[in-house]
Amino acid sequence: MSSMPQFRRPPLTWLGLLPFMIFVTLFLILPTVHIVIGAFQDRSGAFTLQNIRDLNTGTIPSSYWISVKISAASAALGCLIGFAMAAAVTFGAVPRWIKAPLTTFSGVASNFAGVPLAFAFLATFGPVGLITVFLRNNFGIVLARDLGFNILSFWGLTITYLFFQIPLMILIIIPALEGLRREWREAAEVLGATATQYWRMIALPILFPSLLGTFALLFANAFGAVATAIALTGSALNIVPIQLFAQIRGDVLGNPNLGYAMAFGMIVVTAIANVVYIWLRIRAERWLK
Amino acid sequence: MNIWARIAGWAALIFGLLYFILPLAGLFEFSLRARRGVYSFDAYAKVLADPEFQATFGYSVLMALVTIVVGVLIVVPTAFWVRLKMPWARPYVEFITLLPLVIPAIVIVFGYIRLYNTSSWLPLTGSVMGTNFLLAMGYTVLALPYMYRAVDTGLRTIDVGTLTEAAQVLGAGWISILGRVILPNVVPAVLSGAFLTFAIVIGEFTLAALLDRPAFGPYLQRIGANKPYEPFALSVIAFGITWACMGLIQLVTRFSKHTKAAR
Repeated sequence: MSSMPQFRRPPLTWLGLLPFMIFVTLFLILPTVHIVIGAFQDRSGAFTLQNIRDLNTGTIPSSYWISVKISAASAALGCLIGFAMAAAVTFGAVPRWIKAPLTTFSGVASNFAGVPLAFAFLATFGPVGLITVFLRNNFGIVLARDLGFNILSFWGLTITYLFFQIPLMILIIIPALEGLRREWREAAEVLGATATQYWRMIALPILFPSLLGTFALLFANAFGAVATAIALTGSALNIVPIQLFAQIRGDVLGNPNLGYAMAFGMIVVTAIANVVYIWLRIRAERWLK
Repeated sequence: MNIWARIAGWAALIFGLLYFILPLAGLFEFSLRARRGVYSFDAYAKVLADPEFQATFGYSVLMALVTIVVGVLIVVPTAFWVRLKMPWARPYVEFITLLPLVIPAIVIVFGYIRLYNTSSWLPLTGSVMGTNFLLAMGYTVLALPYMYRAVDTGLRTIDVGTLTEAAQVLGAGWISILGRVILPNVVPAVLSGAFLTFAIVIGEFTLAALLDRPAFGPYLQRIGANKPYEPFALSVIAFGITWACMGLIQLVTRFSKHTKAAR
């Protein structure tokens, strides 16, 4: 190399990312930005907050409330049941070989959402479903009459969502449980801690960010689910994704910009849940290295 | 481990397994009820012979394949380039690829419908091919988080820098580096991403329904409203496909572990 001052070419390495950037701009960023901007515009395109205020009218607040309740209920139960199952296979309460098939199955079940899942629950808990008929013929229990249970309802949708929420919890929490070191438990035992004390004062505080973070992720997961709800309940249950679906199909709210505002509201809810998840995950990883 | 912990563990596991198995058993049992009084595969025979099933299923399979090809073409060069030349950009690219998990699919497709309608600068929804293209792009976006993560994990296990330099010394251009050196090395990762993409796309409902394309998901929802047993048979088939895709991922991962050279 000569000692002549080199002519620096402008860096062109970013060109390699160009296809990716064009793709995500056109099909992810721009459409989303378009919705967000539309939420703050009136029909003539001028800036307004009226659409956001209008979210508080008609059936919209109740649909958000039902959506939040279903998402929270399915996320909480999913966390609880998933945690119990993950703990059972991780801590050796059941034979160890069960863990591998359980993780595989969780991979399948967490992806088995949508229309087919709705039919699975209809076939099981619907009016002539397997469980419904079994309980009626063998115990004389009629789900709808005696237990007030209806698959096309709040609890019906919640238990259907649990089918993909529990496996997702299992997939995420098993690595966290495996990160609990044996030494911590032994140290606690040497110092005279009971099993309850160990869990209350050591394991749960360490796992807490993981648990809460996964809760947030499951919440967002349920909040954005459209297909299962539509196939299961049609328009019987007034939740946000169903209402937005109807709005996109036929402008049922009679104001396109109000539809934008609803979509914007969905982004806000799932974004908050995901930010909580990411933030808590970073905290959790401090311990689980 | 004391006896109570064991009992609690078994109870949790059995409860969970029942929760998973019962709906699937219910689904399967119901799909066999088409003939009065006896179990039969009549519902399956009927749906498999339904020309609309064949058309929508074929359409969804085609869409899934297109999505996989587009996804690989976008994700592999990007992940490779980021690892090779722009490691500082990795968190940003990764963040973008995770966005589809944050922004609900229904919002993204809502944006498509409004942004690419017939009176816009890029009237994709104005023609059938344009809408098909838009749907494929939408599916690629949905698959982006899984595809990118799979490929990026695959790239981590190989020495991208050395392989690229070796190929360059031998006179390879970027296309042959990517196609003949990098891609063959991350085939298991790409396949994992591809099978997952296939499982997601094949039964997808929201995008196809709102873009009004004749895909399997909307078809399933539609006949669910007016046929007694067929939708349940179709759901069993859909579950079988999901299961097969996950099984193939397991197989590919296991296979790749065996072929990896000992270090």
